[in-house]
Amino acid sequence: MSAIILFLTVLAVIAGWWLSQQRLTAKPWLEEGPAGDFPGGDAMTWPAAKVGLGVFLAVASALFVLFISAYSMRMSVVDWRPLPVPRLLWLNTGVLVLSSVALQWSYVAARRHDTEGVIIGLLAGGASAVIFLAGQLLAWQRLGAAGYFVASNPANSFFYLLTAVHGLHLAGGLVALGRTSAKMWRGAEIADMRLSVELCAIYWHFLLLVWLVLLGLLTGWTDDFVNICRQLLS
Amino acid sequence: MVDIPYEGIRGIPPAEVPDVELYHPRSWWTRYVFSQDAKVIAIQYSLTATAIGLVALVLSWLMRLQLGFPGTFSFIDANQYLQFITMHGMIMVIYLLTALFLGGFGNYLIPLMVGARDMVFPYVNMLSYWVYLLAVLVLASTFFVPGGPTGAGWTLYPPQAILSGTPGQDWGIILMMASLILFIIGFTMGGLNYVVTVLQARTRGMTLMRLPLTVWGIFTATVMALLAFPALFVASVMLLLDRLLGTSFFMPSLVEMGTLSKYGGGSPLLFQHLFWFFGHPEVYIVALPAFGIVSDLISTHARKNIFGYRMMVWAIVAIGALSFIVWAHHMYVSGMFPQFGYFFATTTLIIAIPTAIKVYNWVLTLWRGDIHLTVPMLFALGFIITFVNGGLTGLFLGNVVVDVPLSDTMFVVAHFHMVMGVAPIMVVLGAIYHWYPKVTGRMLNNALGKFHFWVTFLGAYLIFFPMHYLGLLGVPRRYFELGDATFIPSSAHSLNAFISVVALTVGFSQMVFLFNLAWSFFKGEASGGNPWRATTLEWQTPETPPGHGNWGKELPVVYRWAYDYSVPGAAEDFIPQNQPPRATQLAQGAAS
Repeated sequence: MSAIILFLTVLAVIAGWWLSQQRLTAKPWLEEGPAGDFPGGDAMTWPAAKVGLGVFLAVASALFVLFISAYSMRMSVVDWRPLPVPRLLWLNTGVLVLSSVALQWSYVAARRHDTEGVIIGLLAGGASAVIFLAGQLLAWQRLGAAGYFVASNPANSFFYLLTAVHGLHLAGGLVALGRTSAKMWRGAEIADMRLSVELCAIYWHFLLLVWLVLLGLLTGWTDDFVNICRQLLS
Repeated sequence: MVDIPYEGIRGIPPAEVPDVELYHPRSWWTRYVFSQDAKVIAIQYSLTATAIGLVALVLSWLMRLQLGFPGTFSFIDANQYLQFITMHGMIMVIYLLTALFLGGFGNYLIPLMVGARDMVFPYVNMLSYWVYLLAVLVLASTFFVPGGPTGAGWTLYPPQAILSGTPGQDWGIILMMASLILFIIGFTMGGLNYVVTVLQARTRGMTLMRLPLTVWGIFTATVMALLAFPALFVASVMLLLDRLLGTSFFMPSLVEMGTLSKYGGGSPLLFQHLFWFFGHPEVYIVALPAFGIVSDLISTHARKNIFGYRMMVWAIVAIGALSFIVWAHHMYVSGMFPQFGYFFATTTLIIAIPTAIKVYNWVLTLWRGDIHLTVPMLFALGFIITFVNGGLTGLFLGNVVVDVPLSDTMFVVAHFHMVMGVAPIMVVLGAIYHWYPKVTGRMLNNALGKFHFWVTFLGAYLIFFPMHYLGLLGVPRRYFELGDATFIPSSAHSLNAFISVVALTVGFSQMVFLFNLAWSFFKGEASGGNPWRATTLEWQTPETPPGHGNWGKELPVVYRWAYDYSVPGAAEDFIPQNQPPRATQLAQGAAS
């Protein structure tokens, strides 16, 4: 559970920093009058959807970190046999990076009011995300063909579980991306769509980051790191 | 509210909000069924939660019948008893209390109290309710599937939860997991709304430190729930895979019905860590909204500002943060590394500090207040007493050496029913009596309300106080019948029968309450907009019940905190949050 505690500590620091800007030491019973008379404390200036996405990313991170916590606890039992990660995953990772880059491209184009660039970026990002998902399914198939079934070892179970959870999050993102692309396609004003494109790009970068962490975990790169953490805490 | 001469002395012009931002229902279906209005969603949440809560109430009667009069009722067998326990616990904690406090009160009160027209993502909010309803239906369907609902206990500990021999092993446990997963998805949608609405949609002048404590409580509880429920999600998904695909996340190798099972190497302790990482914050997810609401009830009905508002806010935040590092105090007897126990015992006892601060502040708010013993106030007082009682036994159970012998006895049942069963329910009931006039425009019947309170309050004590005594005798919990154990005297059996009779009586008084809700809806005395003469924004709406968009043309502007009761020199003993300062001074002048 050390991973989730660490994650919550980071969140607590962020929340604490934000709260410290909110004049929590004010004496509201003495402060009568319009809020403008007193500094701080107004609603945020960010768009609500962006804050909403931020909160959602915190929740999704908590979910992934909890999976990672469970992974690192289960790993220490003797029956754990790491599975050979299919090489295909590297290709998939490259595709996911491309997907993220395409959406960033789209966002930059949106800031330049370049409608065509936005559409190309969105479509390229969406297409490469679909290719990534197909690649993940192919990796599953290859593992299955090689006899690494979901229930034959906890390492396999976690491999399938973590890739599935990540894939489902990406599939959910594709719904939002699809809606954004459809609106752009039908000729929505680029100024109205900028936020949607930006949120898609943020979500994609987040999922890329999550995937890199998961990949590190699944390929065993982070084993040493996890071991050090475990020793520190036990 | 008195008429105050407003001409020429407006503070600042209210913010005009463009009309297009607000979603408008176009048909009966989108107005009352697939509504995106937080108030309608709140009522849908509340009714659904109450309906499934009644099922859990009936289950508790059945359990009490069995415990009080073992052997008398042939329609209850040992397996069913376990199923009743499981479903009663799960429904009450998650599908009733969590849904009611956050989905019900959260949806209704947050937009009104912060001065918003609605939640920030109304469509997602609507989706949240329908997913919740689906979760409830899946849960309820387990009563009708072959094998019935799961009897694994509400904690669903593997390995027994998914092994044969545990009732509901076929379908019950699978549907329970599915229902929990749905609930968490639905809650996350709602939770995003509650958090972002408080962050983004506060009206002008509504600084964080002017928020009513109800909003602080619900807000903090929602943040906690958003971070804690994923742990239950992870545990549910992994247990579901163990059950369906035969993975061994949690399942150790063991012999099942004489044959070696397919499982091996899994860690039941891992499940317990995940479960309680959710389970303990869950206690405060239920308690913090109750803390917030009860602060507002006490302040309003004692006509006095809340004592130590800042300290109350800090305590809520501190409790929220601390509650994430105490989970293993539920696991002292689980076989985890023993020295962990001392760490978790320490953090557990530290939580008593902010909690005690809150109790002192409630009592000090009452001190020399102008206490009106209305029904909401009675329930609020009932809450304080019950919470203190339940909290004190928590100090016993928080210590490893005391918990180990008491852990599997009725003492624990008594403790958590007092502290997170009866106490939050007292607040729920008080809050319903308090806000019912705003929701319906009518008062609940006072005489029936007082009857309801006294039977519930005294009854709850007659039920749960003796249980502590049973627990100290060593009477085990979760047992279908006690048999002829020599350490259990016959007086314990008589006491059990007595508890059962009281439990049925208290249950009956809840029917009186439901009758009151229905009867007053049609025949209750008209309440007007602000029957309790309260300061917070929800009582200042132009219409009662508040119309679509809550505020008419202009959003309110907030000039003061939520607790200006009995301000010296003011004409009235309350000053609404949206009353400009100069208007108050004029009113003071008029009064003197």
